[in-house]
Amino acid sequence: MQKTYYDPADLKKFGDVAEFQPELAKKFFDYYGDVFKEGALTAREKSLIALAVSHAIQCPYCIDAYTSDSLEKGATEQQMMEAVHVTTAIRGGASLVHGVQMMNKVKKLSM
Amino acid sequence: MIKSLKAQHHNLSDTTTQLKILSNGIFGEGRLPTFRKKIEPLNEFPLKPAEIEIFQVNVGYMCNQVCKHCHVDAGPDRKEIMTRETMQLCLDIMKNSNILTLDLTGGAPEMNPDFRWFVEEANKIGVQEIIVRSNLTIILANPKYYDLPQFFRKNNVRVVSSLPFYQPDKTDRQRGEGVFAKSIEALNMLNKIGYGMPGTDLTLDLVYNPGGAFLPGNQAELERDFKKELKGHYGIEFNSLFTITNLPISRFLEFLIRTENYEEYMEKLVASFNPAAVKGVMCRNTISVDYDGYMYDCDFNQMLGLKVEKTAGQHIRDFDLKKLENRNIVISQHCYGCTAGAGSSCQGTVA
Ligand code: SF4
Ligand code: SF4
Repeated sequence: MQKTYYDPADLKKFGDVAEFQPELAKKFFDYYGDVFKEGALTAREKSLIALAVSHAIQCPYCIDAYTSDSLEKGATEQQMMEAVHVTTAIRGGASLVHGVQMMNKVKKLSM
Repeated sequence: MIKSLKAQHHNLSDTTTQLKILSNGIFGEGRLPTFRKKIEPLNEFPLKPAEIEIFQVNVGYMCNQVCKHCHVDAGPDRKEIMTRETMQLCLDIMKNSNILTLDLTGGAPEMNPDFRWFVEEANKIGVQEIIVRSNLTIILANPKYYDLPQFFRKNNVRVVSSLPFYQPDKTDRQRGEGVFAKSIEALNMLNKIGYGMPGTDLTLDLVYNPGGAFLPGNQAELERDFKKELKGHYGIEFNSLFTITNLPISRFLEFLIRTENYEEYMEKLVASFNPAAVKGVMCRNTISVDYDGYMYDCDFNQMLGLKVEKTAGQHIRDFDLKKLENRNIVISQHCYGCTAGAGSSCQGTVA
């Protein structure tokens, strides 16, 4: 067993998940490929969304992959950082908006 | 001013060192397949040329810029330069063959004192297409170059220019402080006299190459972005955008090694190997000539000192189209740069 949970080299082995379950892996990777094709959103917009989500789920593989991918798609560093701020705003906001619940409860309990 | 690797006496200015790096390490140990191994099962080894259509002449390694990724290791300190006699030999070849295109590159080809003479003579003998790979900033580098746009137009030159990004910082980091602003000014001058404008046949193409150790994105999508941004912000128009992959040679190789990106970059190139791109690699239809008149399969091989096979005749004095079209192309692991993804050549993607 390796000494760390994450190894950058594992990212390249992503496709190997097919070894234990080929049919589902194929479905997943075909779907994955289609999702990232240019559609109503451009490939670059999708890459930036993926970068933002990567930070939300704090997946080091995804951050690695979608940093390169965003650069390849021609995103600027500013756009990439703004995407991460979107993550941060939503994550922070998601906590903060629960403050309303806390306030509701406080108001209900208090005289 | 930054110096070329050559002027720094850097060990990577030695082509033997570069070739060793490309053959040893990950490839020597068998962790990654060599290019030969990869094309053998496709029945593409030895790699053979098709019809030669482009004569790409490198008229010298001198340049007013010292871009970080330059595979030529060009710069103001490079003195290698093509003489008029060698140019004449090139012209004789163009005159007596069916090669369609004369593609002039460098360095900054315009800095060769016989550059204009060469272009004018090529026109006189009726060369079908003359391409000049201009770095744009040269047009503003000195008053003697200010009229280059007019000169290009008068001689029906197709201009192909590097602009790695449509915003200043990425461009300047790769090509030097202030390069973006000057490039925009030069593009404006070219547009003003009709280059890249709808309704004219004055072609102005731009070249995009990634600003680091990553691959170029989709050519059509980047072209659309470039057109929108350059038009919107600077009122600039152009014809096509060519995406070119950075090959692990010279200054880009030095960057890859220094920043510990080399192995990962090579892995990426190998993983993105596209069999369909092998058919379109530019060495199949191009002959590259150096300032001394020696011939190579491409400009990259030229910078690695890999001349065309001996049996094909290595100097333009011995130019023999039949022999050249029968030669085996010299390959190494840098060739993976031409076959990654949609492929890469001096005309952009190939697959
Ligand atoms: S990339 Fe072109 S413009 Fe830049 S230093 Fe090399 S030859 Fe000159
Ligand atoms: S690097 Fe040169 S020889 Fe190798 S595939 Fe590309 S064009 Fe051909």
